[in-house]
Amino acid sequence: MASVTHSFMKLFRGPSTVPGQGVRPVSTTQRLTRRSSGLGAVSRTLQSEEPICVLDIGSTSAANIRYLTQRGHKIYSEDLLEASTDPALITKDEQGQTILDSRRFLADNLVYPAAQFDIVLCWNLADYMPESLVKPVVARLWSTIKPGGMLLAFFHTREAGPDAPCYRYHIVDNDILEMQHVEARRDLRRGPTGVLHTSIEKSFRLQRVFNNRHVENLFRDFGSIKFFLTRDNIREVLVVR
Amino acid sequence: MDLPKTGEFAHIGKSVVIKGELSGSEDLYIDGTVEGTIQLHGNNLVIGPNGHVHADVNTKVVVIHGKLEGNIRASERVELRKSAVIVGDIVTQRIAMEDGAYVKGKVEIQREAAKPSPPPATKPELQVEAKSAAAGSTPVTKQ
Repeated sequence: MASVTHSFMKLFRGPSTVPGQGVRPVSTTQRLTRRSSGLGAVSRTLQSEEPICVLDIGSTSAANIRYLTQRGHKIYSEDLLEASTDPALITKDEQGQTILDSRRFLADNLVYPAAQFDIVLCWNLADYMPESLVKPVVARLWSTIKPGGMLLAFFHTREAGPDAPCYRYHIVDNDILEMQHVEARRDLRRGPTGVLHTSIEKSFRLQRVFNNRHVENLFRDFGSIKFFLTRDNIREVLVVR
Repeated sequence: MDLPKTGEFAHIGKSVVIKGELSGSEDLYIDGTVEGTIQLHGNNLVIGPNGHVHADVNTKVVVIHGKLEGNIRASERVELRKSAVIVGDIVTQRIAMEDGAYVKGKVEIQREAAKPSPPPATKPELQVEAKSAAAGSTPVTKQ
């Protein structure tokens, strides 16, 4: 099963994507609005008068920080996709394949006490994160979520195609999100001769497509899982520990 | 709050490195490197675009253009400009963020005014208490 899953996941893994090569997300200003049933379900908890702990592991979003802190909640922000581009994570597996060191990654990221969070906003992380990190990260997330706590994740459907753009998500209202395209960054660097060079770094690429069974398997340690189908080649998934 | 004009703030230039405890009762602009702690109760701190601070910060207002690794406690507000990179927890009454700012840590808004402790009367101006032995170098270094 694992090898089949591995082969299937390779379907959309970009051949030019080398894990750990410095990619830093940059967002354009254009934003698309979408309705999110998954966020709507989470929002019922966010309306709570009791302050809760929320972990946002997407790109840092001023809108999300504002939305959550205005309701008296504590928000923890940690951009795991960008953290996964740290070149120091690159290592070799037993077959000599280049992978990212999940132990080192988890030593520097997602370092929280057990059962700290009421809600984790995972967004589309699993679709774009290098494969060697996905299961260890989900296992760590499980331990950081309180029993009864929720995790919201988005997964592309197969129709999305390998060039599906990577978005960051901003909460606008109870069930309304804005999506902002994360694109490649152009950096101006001065070379040894003093001449300015333009380096263009790659954007994040869709690494794989999970089908429903893969998603259920990924979150099998959680208590329940609920799928929300949408019209834009995205499945929203709400899991409860 | 934009970058302050020279003279309005005590100024740590971009070639300056400070290791130790930095405290005072006037506004401070850091465009260099500071490692240790920064205590500016009731005053403002601006970390400029070249500023690199490894310190816990306790101020009234902090405006960040550069990088800060450490926890921020600001009794009034925190402003994060688009080039700001924060690794640490933020506790304040108000926060303003520009798109592009990066935060790794907790953001907590305290509704009630956190009363800053009064500045010590014996320290009317900026002071640097260096832990030169721990740092293994002179407290202020011109590069």
